[in-house]
Amino acid sequence: MSDHHPTRPGGSEPHAFLAHHFNTPGQQAGAAKLGMWAFLATEVLMFSGLFLAYFIIRMQYPEMVLGAHEYLNKTAGGINTVVLITSSVTMALAVRSAQVGDTPAIKRYLLMTIGFAFVFMVVKYFEYSAKIEHGMLPGKFYSAHEHGYDIPGLPHIFFAIYFCMTGLHGIHVLVGIGVLTWVYLRANKGHFGPSYYTPVENVGLYWHLVDLIWIFLFPLLYLVK
Amino acid sequence: MASEEKKEREPNFMQAHRGLNSWLYTLDHKRLGLLYLGTTMLFFLVGGIAAITLRTELLTPEGDLVSATTYNKLFTVHGAVMVFLVIIPSVPGALGNFLLPLMLGAKDVAFPRLNLLSYYIYSLGALFFIVTLFTGGLDTGWTFYTPYSTTTGTAVVTATAGAFILGFSSILTGLNFMVTIHKMRAPGMTWNRMPLFVWAIYATAVIQVLATPVLAITLLLLIVERTLGIGIFDPAMGGDPVLFQHFFWFYSHPAVYIMILPGFGIISELIAVHSRKHIFGYKAIALSSVAIAIISFLVWGHHMFVSGQSELAGIVFSFLTFAVAVPTAIKVFSWVATLYKGSIEFNTPMLYGLMFLFTFTIGGLTGVFLGTLSVDVHLHDTYFVVAHFHYVMMGGTIIAFIGGLHHWWPKMTGKMYDEGKAKWGALLVFIGFNMTFFNQFVMGQQGMPRRYYEYVPQYTQQHVLSTVGSYILTAGLFWTLIYLLQSLKDGKQASDNPWGGASLEWQTQSPPIEHNFHGQPVVDTDPYNFPEIDRSGAMDEH
Amino acid sequence: MILNLLMMMAPEAAGKAAEGAGKAAEAAGNAAASAAPGMPSAEAIQGLHKFPVEAPHSWATLPQASTFAEGVDTLYLFIVALSVFFFVLVMGAMFWFMHKYRRLSPDQKTSSITHNGKIEFLWSAIPAVLLVVIFIWGEIDFVKQTAPPSDAIDIRVTGQKWSWTVEYPDYPGKILTSNNVEPRVTMIVPKGRPIRLTMTSRDVIHSFYIPAFRVKRDVVPGRYTNMWFEPTQVGEFNLFCAEYCGDQHSRMTGIVKVVEPELFEDILADYAKLEPNEGESMADFGGRIYSIRGCNACHSTDGSAKVGPSWKGLWGKTESLADGSSITVDGADGENYLKESILDPNAKVVSGFAPQMPPYAGQLSDQHIEALIAYIKTLK
Ligand code: HEA
Ligand code: HEA
Ligand code: HEC
Ligand code: CUA
Ligand SMILES: [Cu+2]
Repeated sequence: MSDHHPTRPGGSEPHAFLAHHFNTPGQQAGAAKLGMWAFLATEVLMFSGLFLAYFIIRMQYPEMVLGAHEYLNKTAGGINTVVLITSSVTMALAVRSAQVGDTPAIKRYLLMTIGFAFVFMVVKYFEYSAKIEHGMLPGKFYSAHEHGYDIPGLPHIFFAIYFCMTGLHGIHVLVGIGVLTWVYLRANKGHFGPSYYTPVENVGLYWHLVDLIWIFLFPLLYLVK
Repeated sequence: MASEEKKEREPNFMQAHRGLNSWLYTLDHKRLGLLYLGTTMLFFLVGGIAAITLRTELLTPEGDLVSATTYNKLFTVHGAVMVFLVIIPSVPGALGNFLLPLMLGAKDVAFPRLNLLSYYIYSLGALFFIVTLFTGGLDTGWTFYTPYSTTTGTAVVTATAGAFILGFSSILTGLNFMVTIHKMRAPGMTWNRMPLFVWAIYATAVIQVLATPVLAITLLLLIVERTLGIGIFDPAMGGDPVLFQHFFWFYSHPAVYIMILPGFGIISELIAVHSRKHIFGYKAIALSSVAIAIISFLVWGHHMFVSGQSELAGIVFSFLTFAVAVPTAIKVFSWVATLYKGSIEFNTPMLYGLMFLFTFTIGGLTGVFLGTLSVDVHLHDTYFVVAHFHYVMMGGTIIAFIGGLHHWWPKMTGKMYDEGKAKWGALLVFIGFNMTFFNQFVMGQQGMPRRYYEYVPQYTQQHVLSTVGSYILTAGLFWTLIYLLQSLKDGKQASDNPWGGASLEWQTQSPPIEHNFHGQPVVDTDPYNFPEIDRSGAMDEH
Repeated sequence: MILNLLMMMAPEAAGKAAEGAGKAAEAAGNAAASAAPGMPSAEAIQGLHKFPVEAPHSWATLPQASTFAEGVDTLYLFIVALSVFFFVLVMGAMFWFMHKYRRLSPDQKTSSITHNGKIEFLWSAIPAVLLVVIFIWGEIDFVKQTAPPSDAIDIRVTGQKWSWTVEYPDYPGKILTSNNVEPRVTMIVPKGRPIRLTMTSRDVIHSFYIPAFRVKRDVVPGRYTNMWFEPTQVGEFNLFCAEYCGDQHSRMTGIVKVVEPELFEDILADYAKLEPNEGESMADFGGRIYSIRGCNACHSTDGSAKVGPSWKGLWGKTESLADGSSITVDGADGENYLKESILDPNAKVVSGFAPQMPPYAGQLSDQHIEALIAYIKTLK
């Protein structure tokens, strides 16, 4: 992997993370970024399947969706929205610090981002456990009526789609925590600087997407009108 | 580049490293190509054995050879293996991996590690399929329609998890190739100087990246529905079983072009190289692939004309289906036009190329029958559909694949196969294939439904003919497998450029060296510029 | 293969032959019916039919037995002709070039043409126009198929693994069923009258397909789908389930019988009648219900378990139920249990079986149930 060619056509300064099959760091960074965008496109399309299912259900059972969504915790959802947006800001700052080569700042901002991600998951945990307690669960596990909640229609479908969408999103946040930690460890080793910051940038793109998806999920699920 | 011959021959990519680990951890796209080749062909054999067994069952109207349950598992395994483990990964995985960087003049694909990962994800998905086979099999058909798939007792979850995993392999491969084509082209290789195979892989990659995630989410929903009973597809809980079909075909229709576009790419190369002529209508062929890639997302409803979707939807989908036939027609005509005033050599790759034109045109034209609303009401879910998709998948992609395999065999292995034997093989495949599937059109028009284990005696003769045909086809394929393997041992050493090809993969040695080229190749002309082309204008008086 | 093509080109001739055969069969049926008025032949009722012979031989075309058939076939043939034309064109050019431009010497010169805008435009535009023609034609026929006339006879169709139940709301109490044991008359319709089917499924998706009529429609659980047709030929035609639905999918078949309109009610009454014959014991009558109403699809009488438990030895046995309790099928309690099991099978589910049995409340009279119980009692 790391056999270095002494001279490279197109030659800017050779550096430690240029893979053998690329000619220039520019080519490598360009490839990584394009790859990341393509990956984000697949993510968007994957979620769009769920959004489609959501819209179909909403069209078929407008009353039920309206009734059931009342039971989602708007405050918790709102807090999480703010948390994620803030984390996107700190992430952007981390990328910026990488571009200017300020390693302590990269580390600081990454830690903050990871921290917000944890806050998000903790809020999520309380939300989920409330739902589970009240029996507001998907499909055949649905038992809210036994807990004295009388939601008209077929609320188990609403909670099915709710758990699918927020669940898949939650998994993405967890994965995000993983890759953020990985970038943090690399930053710790001083890998990033003005000539090489692609990993920070790509993880940043990913994190913004996770944020963006939540920004769609929140109004669609919590603020139905 | 011309001085390549004089240099000392370097060890090729297979000799460069040795031992099992050098294969298991390889990042070399060429080795990965060979790994894909081996694995997909293995599964082709598995799918083929299932096919032969089910054809044998269909010799008589009564069910006698196997039980109904076994039959249902057989066609499901056959369809699922052929689609998910053979036809989708084979051309991009095997030929695409091997050839793409060579054709682009690159040292490797953009993300070699990701490439290795795709292969392992593919293997993991395949493992799930194998586990399925041994834990009761799967009897839903390759289409997994709900609510049958959410209620049947067979191993739906393992199988769909397998398909889900395979989807990721496909996405990552597509993503990798897309970036490779954008970023790794040799100096001078403009978009208009890329071989058409590369264009085809590019269009395929776009569909893989855009459509497969939807399949992933569909299968995920199916898994959740089955394990947790969330009620989205279950009519008893207020869900909509037909919704699943929309999701499924939104992926699976574009997927049929994932299957065929790489085949189109191969054919463009075969026809041009073996008739020594510049491909006719380069731009039209390249851009029609992209057109197909785009329109193919809008026609999924043609699989559901009788499913109870709205009438208007049916009409729109039918119209768009016809729209997608036009770019394909353009390609077919351009290939034939390429032959005009060429210098046609009837070697095995070319025979497969011409065979493709024959069988694929039949398959494509019968797609038009199915796209026609009133006619499809009658033909839907009959053997007419079975015949249609075998003509395009087996008669299209697989034939193209076998042709491509022969075309690049000398490059990949450094050996020549026995041309005489190969021609006999091609003949057997051609006769066997048409005998198996042509009269299935007739049978279908007469109303023989598909996925039938027993049938009304009226169709017996046609089924017998079909079964006999499938034996001949099998003989042809085994024959092919045998002489190809034989050539590895006793084949003549192949020259670097046995067919006089003009694209970059022929400029390096056979088999290529580990880093593909000795220096950075530079491109100054297009890949169909053969020396035989008469520039004096004498040939071109109209 | 040439024979095939010829037959495809001449659907009328083949259709006529089949019509002739259909008429003869119908005449025979009428003869049987008139021989003993109101007393149909045992064979007709038992429905021990073979599959109808729709075509004189394996390579003939389907009869055109509904008003849609001819239109669909004409369009089909039009596309065949168009396809043959293009196929011959493309292949003709290919073979001609293969011959004319085969390589004669290794350095044979080739043309430098790379494209030709005019030709490329033509070969995109001409197919496009032709395809639009096909599209419009197919669309017009399709729209016809989705709009039933208002004077149509209503028929309810219910699909379930693996039989069809056909009910006639306009003729109360008339029910026909198919089963997966042998092909038999599942739907009777008068010739020359529009028929509208309202269809639904009890379990998974099925598809109601009558090739001779060129009609097909999926039958979906949880919703109703519609389909209509107008038969034009007296005779018997195949009915298939065209959507894969599990093990016995290929046996979810039946026979559609088209009769002269003036005979329709009588023949329907004959086939749908479920009364004991003169001198027939209750148990024998029960045996007939067992086969006619399709209990045999799921229950055997030889002790082997199918979809449901076998009836052999059921009487007198202690049956353990899914809820853990058990019941001895004997005496008055036993009779009540059996009755409940038939009318409302999910009330007490036998352990080891999925609650797959459809409820028969409203479909079987007390007399029928009595007969069934009498029959079960004989199965020691
Ligand atoms: C490689 C895969 C592949 C390809 C390329 C195609 C290509 C096409 N397919 Fe096919 N199809 C399948 C694989 C494929 N299909 C599969 C797997 C199924 C069944 C799945 C299942 O149910 O299990 C299926 C089913 C299927 C259906 C659903 C049938 C049903 O279930 O009722 C329809 C309906 O519209 C259809 C249409 C078409 C059309 C219009 C094309 C067009 O792209 C074809 C275009 C080509 C030509 C038209 C020929 C060349 C043109 C000329 C020579 C010019 C002159 C032509 C004219 C003027 C007409 N296909
Ligand atoms: C790529 C796709 C593909 C391919 C190649 C094939 C190949 C074949 N198929 Fe299949 N088929 C499907 C995809 C495919 N099929 C699908 C998707 C379905 C629908 C399933 C469903 O309903 O759910 C189907 C269904 C299907 C049916 C309908 C079953 C039914 O509805 O009841 C039938 C029946 O005749 C059939 C037959 C065959 C036969 C005889 C072959 C033969 O061509 C097979 C011959 C191949 C071999 C015998 C293997 C030999 C291989 C080697 C020796 C190794 C090769 C190595 C080299 C040459 C290098 N197939
Ligand atoms: C689709 C399949 C199916 C059909 C058709 C069917 N049954 Fe059943 N039947 C079952 C199944 C499954 C069970 C066991 C589960 C249960 O008890 O509900 C059962 C149970 C029974 C039982 C209780 C048996 C016992 O062992 O205790 C009786 C009685 C019965 N059926 C009668 C009938 C009659 C009469 C008919 C026809 C008029 C009929 N069934 C048609 C599937 C079917
Ligand atoms: Cu019912 Cu197939
Ligand atoms: Cu399609």
